[in-house]
Amino acid sequence: MAKENPQGNKFNVIGKASPRVDAIDKVTGRARYGADHSRTGQLYGAVLNSPYPHAIIKSINTERARALDGIRAVLTHADIPGAKSFGGIVPHQMVLCSGKVRYVGDAVAIVAAETPELADKAIELIEVEYSPCPVVSDPEQALSPSSPLVHEDGNLCAHHKVRKGDIETGFKNSDFVIEHEYTTQKVEHAYIEPEAVLAEPGENGGVTITGSVQNLYSIRRAVASVLNLPLNRVRVIQATLGGSFGGKDEAMSAICCRAALLALTTGRPVKMVNTREQSMRESYKRHPYKMRYKVGVSNDGILQAMEIKIIADAGAYAATSQFVTWRSVVQATGPYVVPHVKTDIYAAYTNNCYTGAMRGFGSPQICFAVESLMDELAAQLGLDPFEMRLRNTLKDGSITATGQKLTHRVTLDEALRNVTSAGGFKAKWLANREQDSASPIKKGIGISCSYRGVSLGAEGADAAGVGISLQTDGSAVVTCGLVDMGQGAATTISLVVAEELGLSSDKIVFLNADTTVMPDSGPTVASRTSFMAGNAARVGSTILKDRIAPVAADMLKCKASALVFCHDFISAGSSRITLAQLAAECFRRGISLSAHGWYKSPKTTWREEDGTGDAYFTFVYGANLAEVEVDIHTGRVIVTKFISCHDVGKVLNINGAKGQVYGGVAMGMGYALLEAYAEEDGQPKLGNFDEYLLPTICDMPQTEVIFLEGDDPLGPYGAKALGEPANEIAAPAIANAVANATGRRVRELPLTLERVLLGKNLIPGRERGSAMAKGAES
Amino acid sequence: MVTTDVAVKFTLNGIPMERDVPPNWTLLRFLRDGLGFTGTKCGCEIGECGACTVIFNGEAVNACLVLAPQIDGASIWTIEGVASSGRKLHPIQQAFVECDAVHCGFCSPGMVMSTVALLLHNRIPSNAVLKESLAGNLCRCTGYLQIIEAVRKAAESMDDMHLEKFRR
Repeated sequence: MAKENPQGNKFNVIGKASPRVDAIDKVTGRARYGADHSRTGQLYGAVLNSPYPHAIIKSINTERARALDGIRAVLTHADIPGAKSFGGIVPHQMVLCSGKVRYVGDAVAIVAAETPELADKAIELIEVEYSPCPVVSDPEQALSPSSPLVHEDGNLCAHHKVRKGDIETGFKNSDFVIEHEYTTQKVEHAYIEPEAVLAEPGENGGVTITGSVQNLYSIRRAVASVLNLPLNRVRVIQATLGGSFGGKDEAMSAICCRAALLALTTGRPVKMVNTREQSMRESYKRHPYKMRYKVGVSNDGILQAMEIKIIADAGAYAATSQFVTWRSVVQATGPYVVPHVKTDIYAAYTNNCYTGAMRGFGSPQICFAVESLMDELAAQLGLDPFEMRLRNTLKDGSITATGQKLTHRVTLDEALRNVTSAGGFKAKWLANREQDSASPIKKGIGISCSYRGVSLGAEGADAAGVGISLQTDGSAVVTCGLVDMGQGAATTISLVVAEELGLSSDKIVFLNADTTVMPDSGPTVASRTSFMAGNAARVGSTILKDRIAPVAADMLKCKASALVFCHDFISAGSSRITLAQLAAECFRRGISLSAHGWYKSPKTTWREEDGTGDAYFTFVYGANLAEVEVDIHTGRVIVTKFISCHDVGKVLNINGAKGQVYGGVAMGMGYALLEAYAEEDGQPKLGNFDEYLLPTICDMPQTEVIFLEGDDPLGPYGAKALGEPANEIAAPAIANAVANATGRRVRELPLTLERVLLGKNLIPGRERGSAMAKGAES
Repeated sequence: MVTTDVAVKFTLNGIPMERDVPPNWTLLRFLRDGLGFTGTKCGCEIGECGACTVIFNGEAVNACLVLAPQIDGASIWTIEGVASSGRKLHPIQQAFVECDAVHCGFCSPGMVMSTVALLLHNRIPSNAVLKESLAGNLCRCTGYLQIIEAVRKAAESMDDMHLEKFRR
């Protein structure tokens, strides 16, 4: 596999600044996203959601809706031909509810109408009688035996543990012990494109779905089982995706099943496009965590023991909670050597909006806790945060909390050294503690670091495919079972093929994923695409090259080993032919120009009983540094500078890699300072970007990116992963900088004005205006 | 309910048009569903995300906040009209491509249109003006820095003639 490049260590396209293969379509408006697909004669679908977060459905009357002119279908649970529910891990989420609703995003009925207005009108005419149930909104209370049940088999959605050493011994060996609770909020992916799908009845009695789908194969499984169709009659085609960040994965099952159901019932294409409000109400969010850390340290600053208990709010349905919390439990001690560990994480069902995959997947929460904690420990010991970390970081050959020995090069210290020296950390950190008390603006500097398992790890099957079809004019079509959702996968995969076959990357057309073209490659998640699809692209290219090289050798009258594939030519010494000539000759000789590369990830192991094993086949390491200015009169935090260092193994496309980091920093900054999806008794308190605040162009600090190339032996050209690492440690670096500025630690995200200023959040009460004032008086 | 369509005369990307539009349609809906110009994107429908930014008589507006009948007599430019021919990119688009300012691309048409409006009014914007002019365009992927770089590059490399048509 790891064949030497003919140019030695120099690559033709890998590692350079290559324009995105889909950029021109996107800047001209040609790119077609989910909502841009329409068909003549299409109908418009709409959904009736539950007004209650928890209620028994007593009756549904659709008569008045059906009687309306222009309505072609009004469907409820009784109209579903196959499975009534879906879910990748626990298939219990109802396509259309019967019996009970469990959150306000649950749907009770759907309609298809000639116009969107008629569809909305029909929704208003559906009468549903509910009997409200007690609302479970606190995940901790949900786990108490007296809590009302969200699901009949109990409110415990997931429990994972990690046991290493003996926790009591660990605390006995400690000179002091600190204990703190950290909480993180629920946040929304906030992709700018709301979910959109077009479902069309197929000629073979099946259905074709084109839409904003991040994971085509899990959607296809859900639709096939709900419609009672074999997999081969459900075709899912990815439209250009307007952002996803984990959010258009399983959540898309609901809208896809509903649109497909309406299309097959009416025999007409059905388009369903979520409004932003609908999207926020229905789609899963990042889990809010409550994390209790009890940590023992010896006087020399060496960690001795960590006892961790985490409660995650799974919301109404399981979705990927089992996997999200599993990643958390593996990484909960942070990138540190801890001899004695006892970690328990619980996810509880509530009647809140459900939670699932979002960029980081269980890591941003624990990174905030551990990295805050390391600074707090440093303060106790009189060490600076950099020194405190260095004494405990994972190094070559270290053993992780799950007992995994790190056999690759561990570059964590290098990453930390890079950001601290580039940012002048220590001098600034010390100076900031003695600032002029007259000025309300206080400066702060903070660092954070992490390790992260690459790809799915011991979650499950981990393999992916890439298809390459060389054309007789020397151009090529490339496609993959994993998707480009804006992260640049199309470009990365194209670059790998270009590198291997000596093609110019502009000779490649990358096709969006289509379930009829590529085999199930699993989900586009876990920062696995460069690694998995990059390797699959190398495998496929090698297969193709091995097949056409003998023909080239024949044409050039040399040995195949003497051939160099580069810049659309194949040369041997001074003679050369074009790739087009070679492809045409292969076609003439009846040699296949299509190849299919398949790559399966290396082995991982896991013992659920005690939480031990080689959880991931490799890890990435990174460190962040943030500088802030805090106005102590208002609590306002401005991030003034950011430095982000990541060991990506090998940079495949420098432009794309930098962009991933900038975007990760921006999202992490939103997590740190602005964003919170607020709910009260299961009811969302906001629904659009006027209240759910995202960082704008004005908020972005000057950002420096440093890449380490630790060269992973398994990755394509040594590449590992970047998408999620770039995001997960931004918030704790900012929180640590704020603490450095103010001298006060805030253990809850986001760091709103009032938390920074007063140390607590001012949660608006149920009563508003004069009623609230009255309440305050009494 | 009054639903009589309203007759409007306007120019779209330099082409004069006459159409009857439903009085309750926004310009965004009219562009996308009435005319099939899907390059203008819909992200929030309340004027917060900027994905539907178009040029309306030389100013950047959110098409979701303009009612279709309001375009009577107006000149509208959308992303489809930015490149002068089907094959050659406008320098602003070229800069976005070169600076990797395009990730998922959903905000890109709006970003490009806001950039057009900015440079129409201010050929060499200060950093503060640049940011303020694009503050109404949300992007969740890029972290904005490559967008800033692209706008700078476009401002510096572009000839005035590339902006002329948008004034009409």
